[in-house]
Amino acid sequence: MKIHSSRRFRKNFLTGLLFVISAAAAILFILPTVFTITNSFMTEKEITANYGAMIESASADKKTYISEELNLKFIPDSVSTAQYLSVLFKSPDYLLKFWNSVILVVPITVFQVLLATVTAYGFSRYRGRVREIIFFIYIILMLMPYQVTLVPNYLVSDFLGILGSKWAIILPGIFSPFSVYLLTKVMRRIPKAYFEAARLDGAGEIQIFTHICLPLCRSSMLSVGLLVFIDYWNMVEQPLILLESEDQYPLSVFLSQINSGDVGLAFAVAVVYMIPALLLFLYGEEYLVEGITYAGGVKG
Amino acid sequence: MRKKIVKFLGSWSWLLPSLVGVLIFFVIPFCVVIYYSVLDNPIFSNFVGLENFKKLFQNTAFLRACKNTGIFTAIAVPLSIIVSLAMAFGLNSKIPGKSWIRSCFLCPLMVPIASVVLVWQVIFHYHGTLNQITGLFGIEPIDWLKSNWSYLILTIMFLWKTLGYNMILFMSAIAGIPKNILEVAELEGASEFYQLIHIKLRYLSPTILFVTILSIISSFKMFREVYLLTGDYPYESMYLLQHFMNNTFKSLDYQKLSSAAVILSLVMVVMMGILYLIERKYGEDVEE
Repeated sequence: MKIHSSRRFRKNFLTGLLFVISAAAAILFILPTVFTITNSFMTEKEITANYGAMIESASADKKTYISEELNLKFIPDSVSTAQYLSVLFKSPDYLLKFWNSVILVVPITVFQVLLATVTAYGFSRYRGRVREIIFFIYIILMLMPYQVTLVPNYLVSDFLGILGSKWAIILPGIFSPFSVYLLTKVMRRIPKAYFEAARLDGAGEIQIFTHICLPLCRSSMLSVGLLVFIDYWNMVEQPLILLESEDQYPLSVFLSQINSGDVGLAFAVAVVYMIPALLLFLYGEEYLVEGITYAGGVKG
Repeated sequence: MRKKIVKFLGSWSWLLPSLVGVLIFFVIPFCVVIYYSVLDNPIFSNFVGLENFKKLFQNTAFLRACKNTGIFTAIAVPLSIIVSLAMAFGLNSKIPGKSWIRSCFLCPLMVPIASVVLVWQVIFHYHGTLNQITGLFGIEPIDWLKSNWSYLILTIMFLWKTLGYNMILFMSAIAGIPKNILEVAELEGASEFYQLIHIKLRYLSPTILFVTILSIISSFKMFREVYLLTGDYPYESMYLLQHFMNNTFKSLDYQKLSSAAVILSLVMVVMMGILYLIERKYGEDVEE
């Protein structure tokens, strides 16, 4: 009896320890995000007082120090929405860049997923040697880093005359093989009997696709869309190389150039930029998790 | 006969739009890239064999970029796998608030790097938070972003970004390990350690392979963080492959670009091949 209870104590103790460690780690993980959010409610004065040294070293010409130390502050002295107001009403630049991000990322996400659904149907419904080889090429392409794919992208955009415009990013984005790979894996898990039954009832391929395949894959399409969206919302490499002028840059790139001037509203811009991603996360965390596990082949 | 042709066309028409796009935007231009890599310049186009590659390997900027990316990948990827695996095992046991903790770990995946880069700057700045903390213990301040410590900083940012994703993959893989095998092992008196090495890790090996490949790819994307933190010309030890590519793009040196892209793709293919073979050998006896 005594042995039993001491073992139980040990188990409880270990669980407790595990909980404390993981909870602490979890807090550490969201801390940078939380800091960004709380700091976005600071007044400009407080920002320059706390982060003045950073502005000074970020700009080339030497200014006088505002303060020597950087103080990472968690809670602002006085809560104000001044930063947001100036982002929304006084500096149209940032909203413009935000819009640049939207018109790049939304078409890529929507059309990549739609096209991939059709393609994945082709890969999962019909099998054959040639298709397997093509699918393998898609996987290799998917695994290539930007350092490799951007060179061909650049050449072809130059050839087609779209280099420097947003199409140089959107078109390759739409044809990127990532979602094809994922959705093919999902569709190959649909039992063949479903298709056969529909066939016997006299449905054509297009009807089978719209009436059987699409409803079954709807949540997977959402998951894939979510993963694609985050990836492109975060893009830095492509705009730097494929776009011509800074006016076209998405906010993800432009945000880095902020610190030379408007540190006073940088945090608010950062928060505005993360809002769409965070909302999608809150709304679709389960889809996200499902998408990740499909990507890992754990379920496929 | 006609029916067969119709069926053939019907089956391929699903793939056609995507195939055309992939050919135009990826496959054909990549062939052009290979072609460029063995020419002296695109206008006169004399065949020079491996001359461009030779030159590339004498280019100090390229070598430095390779070295930095290589060192960083070699540190960060194994670390990310070990830590995320440990986290996955931890979260798979019964602890309260599991789903909240999971959400916290996943959160960095969603937050755009550009949004939190300000906080990283404040932390790693010479007058920043990290130096203030180490200062409390009487340690001399270090200019983190301009020293060889930069690998450490890159690793921290990398782990922050990728651990949640990897952890999710491992968690669902752990859930898929057959329980009866573990029970038999337990009955036969296998130690926890034995179970971990000989049963759990074997079942996880396909996932470990996949996570490794994904992490290598994301380690190649660390340019984002570095660029947003330090701009076009970072400190020497933060000069990564993508910096090299960007600067070469600016000078429009097609030969250098093409040969670098060809070399990199070869390295990636070889690396994936090796990983695949290792996984096949290790996970041999595991039946799916």
